[in-house]
Amino acid sequence: MEIIMSILAGILFTTGVYNLLQKQLLRIVIGTALISHGAHLFILTMGKLKRGAPPILEYGVSEYTDPLPQALILTSIVISFGVTSFLLVLAYRASKENNTDNMDQMRGTENE
Amino acid sequence: MSNLAVLPIVIPLISGILLALLHKKIQLVRVLAQLFTGINLVVAIYIMYVVQKNGSIILESGGWDAPYSIVLVADLLSILLVVTTNIVALACVFYAPKSLSKQQEEFYFYTFFFMLISGVSGAFLTGDLFNLFVFFEVLLMASYALIVLGGGKVQLRESIKYVLINLFSSMLFVTTIAFLYSVVGTVNMAQIAQRVQEVDQKGILTTIAILLFFVFGTKAALFPLYYWLPKPYIVPNPVISALFGALLTKVGIYAILRVFTLIFVHDTDFTHNFFIWIAGFTLIFGAIGALSTNNIKLVISYNIIPAVGFMIMGIGLYNEAALSGTIYYLVHDMIIKAALFLLVGSVAYLAGTSDLRKIKGLIHHYPLLGWLFFLSAFVLAGIPPFSGFIGKLLLLQGGLQNDEVVIVIIALLSSLLILLSMIRIFVRGFWGEKDESIRVDKKAARAFTMPIVFLLFFSVLLGVGAELFYPMIENIAAYLLNPELYIESVLKE
Repeated sequence: MEIIMSILAGILFTTGVYNLLQKQLLRIVIGTALISHGAHLFILTMGKLKRGAPPILEYGVSEYTDPLPQALILTSIVISFGVTSFLLVLAYRASKENNTDNMDQMRGTENE
Repeated sequence: MSNLAVLPIVIPLISGILLALLHKKIQLVRVLAQLFTGINLVVAIYIMYVVQKNGSIILESGGWDAPYSIVLVADLLSILLVVTTNIVALACVFYAPKSLSKQQEEFYFYTFFFMLISGVSGAFLTGDLFNLFVFFEVLLMASYALIVLGGGKVQLRESIKYVLINLFSSMLFVTTIAFLYSVVGTVNMAQIAQRVQEVDQKGILTTIAILLFFVFGTKAALFPLYYWLPKPYIVPNPVISALFGALLTKVGIYAILRVFTLIFVHDTDFTHNFFIWIAGFTLIFGAIGALSTNNIKLVISYNIIPAVGFMIMGIGLYNEAALSGTIYYLVHDMIIKAALFLLVGSVAYLAGTSDLRKIKGLIHHYPLLGWLFFLSAFVLAGIPPFSGFIGKLLLLQGGLQNDEVVIVIIALLSSLLILLSMIRIFVRGFWGEKDESIRVDKKAARAFTMPIVFLLFFSVLLGVGAELFYPMIENIAAYLLNPELYIESVLKE
């Protein structure tokens, strides 16, 4: 199971990086979202996947799922959610102001 | 008593929220912001006094014992940097009303400002790697909001690049923490250090170490990852540039310093020698960049890069003299970079342009500003007796102790280039014929100089009063070289 999840995270990373390297601004935003999904999936996998065990640590329980990766993912999801929504607004405003969403034309060499 | 460690994070946080509610009453907000920053500085200095007297303050949140709770560790290094952060913040908060437009101030500048300070202090104080990521995000979110404040065409365009590169490196940071967690099974820095020590840093751990270095190196703008830095840093208002230049890259350097003196110290032949190479290239390319442009703001922005190079050189050399040099330089650079960004911001405002070819003879109109710039150029380049000199002296001493002659020569050469880039601004912009076409605004100039004088006072004090500060810095370096001390103080074994 861990192997499949790792491969899935890898695919998300690959597609994310591919999109990140595109010229169109919206694709880049989607790329960052894909990468963050990959990262979250990866944290879950790294904490070892287990089924049927409670995530809470109690006295006398020997079988339990590690609660820490879940806490980490939750934090990370909230952060990337906030950043992505900010990035969408920023991308919209920047393309409006500059009259283009092509990163080639947004390089900005005039003030060198 | 140990609750003290959380105050430098909580005071700015609460101030920021409070000022968001009052944002329309700008006069009141200004006074309150100045007051809160002052209080925060006093509290930070008090904590430093306590730490100096009684040793590190460890705060275990929620009353859980160390490896299970999120810990805040106020040791001498982190609290020293928190104090420096607050000195910079105090200067910026007094500079802000003159520099920002009323609209920008009303649009929650002070809220984001306090969030930034809170995030930076948190990143310095935390003893937990995941928590470090969270505080990085807190300060980055605040910086995203600050960099787009005012939102012109160029500003938005450069902000996109800034946000994207930081977002990408943050995601890599999370991935690296996941790797590390799967290997050592903890995110508490002291416990990670202990476990890495037990397994003697095998190959996989060194790989993770380099990944972490890549993440922090992106934030700290090391070669070859610095290309994103210079332009986005000059587009916002000077006071925001000053905050960014003084604080953000330094948090990255602090993270490298902490991680590579505490956790990954068992394969120094590979990791730390690698840093020396990186330092050499960072020094050269940063100094060349500073000479390559006629935009005075861009010159200062490029000057961040060789400064970071000096610090990483000290970490790479990894002996007591070099580490003291790095810490000295870190404190010195936070103060002088803030002062320089405020200075060129004032010059650009008073001259009406930041193009060096169009500025001349400013010293006839503003003599004090001119001599302050001259002084800060000397401080930055490390002319004795100012603070840059002491840091560089210690770094070079550390380099010679390790017989790393090449890096010493590169460091000296790039110092000369830095001096050249600064003096070029002084000679061309301040000297020369009097430019009668400039509309002289003495009142604004006087208002601008106050915070700059305040910062330069600390810079000069750090240099002239080196005897006063050196024992403390030396203590910190000795403490860093012995990671057991940190581990014991956190885990209490």
